[in-house]
Amino acid sequence: MSRQPQSSPDEPVTDAPAAVTDRGSAKRFTDTHIRPVADVYDSAGRMPDGLLKAASEAGLWAPFLPVEAGGAGVSFTTLGRIHEEVGRGCSSMRSLLTVHSMVSFAVHRWGTAEQRTRWLPGLADGSTPGSLCVSEPGSGSNATTELTTTAVREGTTWVLRGTKTWITGGQLARLFLVFARAPGGVVAFLVPAEANGVEVEPIEGMLGTRAGMLATVHLREVALGSEALLGPEAFASGMLLTGVLDIGRLSVAAGSVGILQACIDACASYTTERRVGGVPLRELPLIRARISDMVTDTAAARLLYEEAGRLKDANDSGTIMATMIAKYFASTRAARHANEAVQIHGANGCAPESSVARYYRDAKVMEIIEGSSEIQQLTIADAAYRIAA
Amino acid sequence: MADDTREQIHRFITSRFPDIGITHEDDIFALGFINSLFAMELVMFIEKTFAFTIPNEELRFDNFRTVASIAALVDRNRPASVTASQAPR
Repeated sequence: MSRQPQSSPDEPVTDAPAAVTDRGSAKRFTDTHIRPVADVYDSAGRMPDGLLKAASEAGLWAPFLPVEAGGAGVSFTTLGRIHEEVGRGCSSMRSLLTVHSMVSFAVHRWGTAEQRTRWLPGLADGSTPGSLCVSEPGSGSNATTELTTTAVREGTTWVLRGTKTWITGGQLARLFLVFARAPGGVVAFLVPAEANGVEVEPIEGMLGTRAGMLATVHLREVALGSEALLGPEAFASGMLLTGVLDIGRLSVAAGSVGILQACIDACASYTTERRVGGVPLRELPLIRARISDMVTDTAAARLLYEEAGRLKDANDSGTIMATMIAKYFASTRAARHANEAVQIHGANGCAPESSVARYYRDAKVMEIIEGSSEIQQLTIADAAYRIAA
Repeated sequence: MADDTREQIHRFITSRFPDIGITHEDDIFALGFINSLFAMELVMFIEKTFAFTIPNEELRFDNFRTVASIAALVDRNRPASVTASQAPR
């Protein structure tokens, strides 16, 4: 079966990790530092400090940042491959990388020189974990139209009031990228976790990504200087959110492929060992059919996110739609095939700390975060009505 | 050169919305089809085609309201060494 070795979530990771800059190094990092403990810390509902430290030492947090900003300058195509490998090991860890990537991207893309100087070094080395605050108790994928967190300018100060929830990494974050409604439209702010009025309330017992350190973030009269405003005050903030979510969707698409690959690996192992009627499960036509579909969809989903990454690397505007397509396809296929993986494993797949049970729970989350499948379905149809520029 | 810039911008917008007929002076926000996805695509198209990063202070509604205003934005910010005729199509 596909259970992982037992160990304490606080068990220190002692091997100094090599820098993660491509699929191969990400695979080694995942197999060494993540997979052996993923089921245990999923059950514990929190990320072990040793893994977070190892991720920092490996430069895993924002390797796409330019070298001069403290990153490794890897392409978005490579970033996707890295997030696939991490997602193969653990969606909670990959989710932390996703939100951190979104914040890092935003600061680098839209930050002033002062904001970049202040925040990028800590974002690059992971000493300043970043988290994205968009969802609220009353809004999720519809955030831009129904945002209730407000930003009011009082003299030279901005004052934030509201509540954000389902904030991945909220318990860890030292920097929040907060979207709020101002008189001129939706605006974005860089909010230090230690700012007066920021209150973090942990969320426990989520269905999936249980070690994602989720939180509700209360913003109680949080007063910020103008240096906290990221990007312009109007028009661009909807666009800024689109750009940030685009990075998140690439990560989720790739992470979903990681779940798919983990399902394939687990099912291949289990169906080779497990016998029924004197033959391994892998000989049974119904098993082969399920695994064939799993392999085919995984290959297709991988090509989709790599194409989205390639377009992003080329600064091609087609990347926005390509990334939506990749996220929609990869996440829905991950949910479908994780379901099949549990079915193939039978009761073993439903057992405590079963890896495939974790994949099943995590995969469902992928269909919801960074724009639900329904949002993608409402949008992707536009591609049918376009013509080549 | 300015006309060529306008034509490239016009061609991009109509590629996304082939059924609309717009002039260089029409307010595209008033047509009701602008969403955040298209806004981001438009910005990426401008930045790639004309080889500059749009400064935050230029990211204002009025700069994107018409083909003409977008072309003016490009002319204000485009590096002197990159002309429309040299830019990638």
